[in-house]
Amino acid sequence: MKIILNGKPCNIQCCSIYKLCDIFFKDIQKTAVIVNGFQINEDRDLKENDEVFLIDKHKMPNENEFSAMLYARHTPNVHQKIKNSRVAIAGLGGLGSHIAISLARTGVGCLHLIDFDVVEPSNLNRQQYMICHLGMAKTDALKAEIAQINPFIQIITHNIKINEGNICEIFKDDPIICEAFDNPKEKAILVNGILSQYADKKIVASSGMAGFDSSNSIVTRKINDKFYICGDGVTEAKEGRGLMSPRVSICAGHQANMILRLILGCDNV
Amino acid sequence: MARINGKNIEISQNITVLQYIEQQELNLSVIAVEYNGNILPKSQYGEKVIKSCDVIEIVNFVGGG
Repeated sequence: MKIILNGKPCNIQCCSIYKLCDIFFKDIQKTAVIVNGFQINEDRDLKENDEVFLIDKHKMPNENEFSAMLYARHTPNVHQKIKNSRVAIAGLGGLGSHIAISLARTGVGCLHLIDFDVVEPSNLNRQQYMICHLGMAKTDALKAEIAQINPFIQIITHNIKINEGNICEIFKDDPIICEAFDNPKEKAILVNGILSQYADKKIVASSGMAGFDSSNSIVTRKINDKFYICGDGVTEAKEGRGLMSPRVSICAGHQANMILRLILGCDNV
Repeated sequence: MARINGKNIEISQNITVLQYIEQQELNLSVIAVEYNGNILPKSQYGEKVIKSCDVIEIVNFVGGG
């Protein structure tokens, strides 16, 4: 019978999937088995034209195998759209570093990372950096981290401070922009700048995620089909109320998911 | 009566978006305004007179991220 095994056509005698694993690999316990885009945990008989990936759990696979694993983990038919997408993340702090890593894990084909700052110790309370990154430009640190998570996506970096004068140029190739700044004036500048100068770009912004108030007050709001905003809208970071990882992560999750929804054609929250 | 941030608001005659913002004591540097479905450029805040049946959303950004 003809099947496709690890991307290549293959003729085999009828047998079960686990038997196939025995023939080609030694140990089912150490093998991730993906059949027709779905990771299976139970044996069944092979059928004509089945597409099977047998992936060693302990090694980094090649690009095709990696893509097959992502395809298996996501809902069917979404992976190609995700792979073909491009997102800019403006600000690589508590929000942006989480969002970038989340979208990298998801397989977004191109991430455009923008920040002007370096990693310093007070960032470690909530930002996705480690001690080995201290002193590095955030763009470089995050790019290096992502290379260790999903090396098959494209990363573009800009180590620059955004201002009213450079928005048009910096974001010209980005259909979706994530506003992940800390400073509310910069948030307003970016949102106004993108939406005033570009009719077809979408921005997912953030406002209000400090402290440890209820998780349930963090929401995603649609202002219009180009402008979304995540957060509780009111809880600003200030003296006596800092930024803490859990609540910042929730807001980051909201933004990353809204960006994913836009990539997949869902424009409601 | 205009609809501003989801509420029906009585507006005085010929008040501009800029005047309304100043009345509400909002900080111009941390807001974005959506006017009848589209972002309103800041340069137009002083010209745009709020009319009855206008739908306006004023987003006030707070710090943190």
